[in-house]
Amino acid sequence: MSRVLSLLAPIVLIALILAIWEAACRALNVPAYFLPTPSAIAQAAAANAPVLLHSAWNTLSMALVALVISSAVAMTLALAVAPSLLLESAVRPIAVALQVTPIVAVAPQGVIWAGLDHPERAVVGLAAVVAFFPIFSGALTGLRSADPDLERLFDLYGASKTQRLFRLRLPSAAPFILEGHKVAAGLAVVGAVVAEFVAGSGSAQGLAWRILESANRLQIAKEFAAVAVLGVMGVGLHALLHAGERAILSRWRGRR
Amino acid sequence: MGSEVIASLGSVEVDYPGRGKALGPFSLSLDAGETVSLIGPSGCGKSTALRLMAGLEAPTKGRVTRTQAKGETSVVFQSATLMPWATAEANVALPLELAKVPREEARARAREALAKVRLAGAEEAKPAQLSGGMAMRVSLARALVTRPKLLLLDEPFAALDEITRRALADDIQTLWAELKPAIVFVTHNVEEAIYMGSRVVVMSSGPGRIAAETRIDGPMPRPPGFRVTQAFRETAEKVSHDLALAMGQAA
Repeated sequence: MSRVLSLLAPIVLIALILAIWEAACRALNVPAYFLPTPSAIAQAAAANAPVLLHSAWNTLSMALVALVISSAVAMTLALAVAPSLLLESAVRPIAVALQVTPIVAVAPQGVIWAGLDHPERAVVGLAAVVAFFPIFSGALTGLRSADPDLERLFDLYGASKTQRLFRLRLPSAAPFILEGHKVAAGLAVVGAVVAEFVAGSGSAQGLAWRILESANRLQIAKEFAAVAVLGVMGVGLHALLHAGERAILSRWRGRR
Repeated sequence: MGSEVIASLGSVEVDYPGRGKALGPFSLSLDAGETVSLIGPSGCGKSTALRLMAGLEAPTKGRVTRTQAKGETSVVFQSATLMPWATAEANVALPLELAKVPREEARARAREALAKVRLAGAEEAKPAQLSGGMAMRVSLARALVTRPKLLLLDEPFAALDEITRRALADDIQTLWAELKPAIVFVTHNVEEAIYMGSRVVVMSSGPGRIAAETRIDGPMPRPPGFRVTQAFRETAEKVSHDLALAMGQAA
């Protein structure tokens, strides 16, 4: 019952907001170029569904490729750095600098490096940069989070470095690594869209391109539809990863 | 009791930089098969002494002698310290698998050890599915699966209720009778110290030293009704008095 309610609650709230939005637009005669009604947005979404879905897949696939690359690099680096506090203190400021630098600030250079003919490479590269930090930071924290008494037991039984890594530290880090990937997936989508704005997406036209195109042509309902698709995509991806995380962790801990 | 010395601390001192001296000078010698209870106020260095005996820490001064080989010392901590992602069987098999005992043999010995702590049937359970007492018994099975010569118990009952504590105390004694490891049992509880040890060592703090020592007569494992004998009550009064004095010294 509470599960059904928790699923229904956001749907009811969204329906309520849309209803008020629709009513207000009609009552106040808000011009469509300023704020289209939800019904107009829905019509635009339906009319442009194939194009929007194609663009959404473009953006999503680039974000996912970026996530895979980011995961491989961040995990490798975390594993390399974790055994040494000195190495970590050397690497961490650079990782933080990558995180706090707005991606729009480095995107133009990313486009030049990727080659002007390959904007999709720039998009993937920039999205990977944005997704890097949560995975790296999560893995590093996780690898250091093993129960100190378990670490002592591994000392007592003379465990090798490899045994300690695979039998203690990586399993202890699993919840942190999963959480890092969940956050990174959302950021990869954001990174991909921002990078598309700056780089364009070449022949593969992503959602950012649709948003820009619609805004430039004053097709505001279509622009909103593209933004809505982006939102739905983000929520869907988050829900998928959340479910995956829960499934893995419940196996990890044993069912309650 | 055998006369072979299993482990001894000779005038050891432990200094932690910035925190001052935690222990010492402190001497304690443990014969094969002997059971010694260490009791004292919090922070008196009981756990430090235990870590020295396990070889997990080195003293700042003094000498630690350990006759046992690697894998012949086991420790049970205050919490069960199980790997939450692993089954009870995998947790118990860990020390054997780390020592490269073939997996099948390690798992068979783990199942045997679990049966000895009355957990046959719980092999596939994860720690989250076990009660506090059951988790502690898994921890005990893991400590015993290597057939240690020295078993170090660091307040293993601290987080358990009275009934579970008593059941576990009896379990440990039954297992001791079979394997006869030397045991150091760290506790805050006077009656438990007497019940578990053939010797009770009272420690004072700041830094940790031996304040008093009492030999406990009576058979091991303890017979039913041991806790209500006149001798037990008198010993408990003496040890309580020693402990009060030790704490007075610390203040």
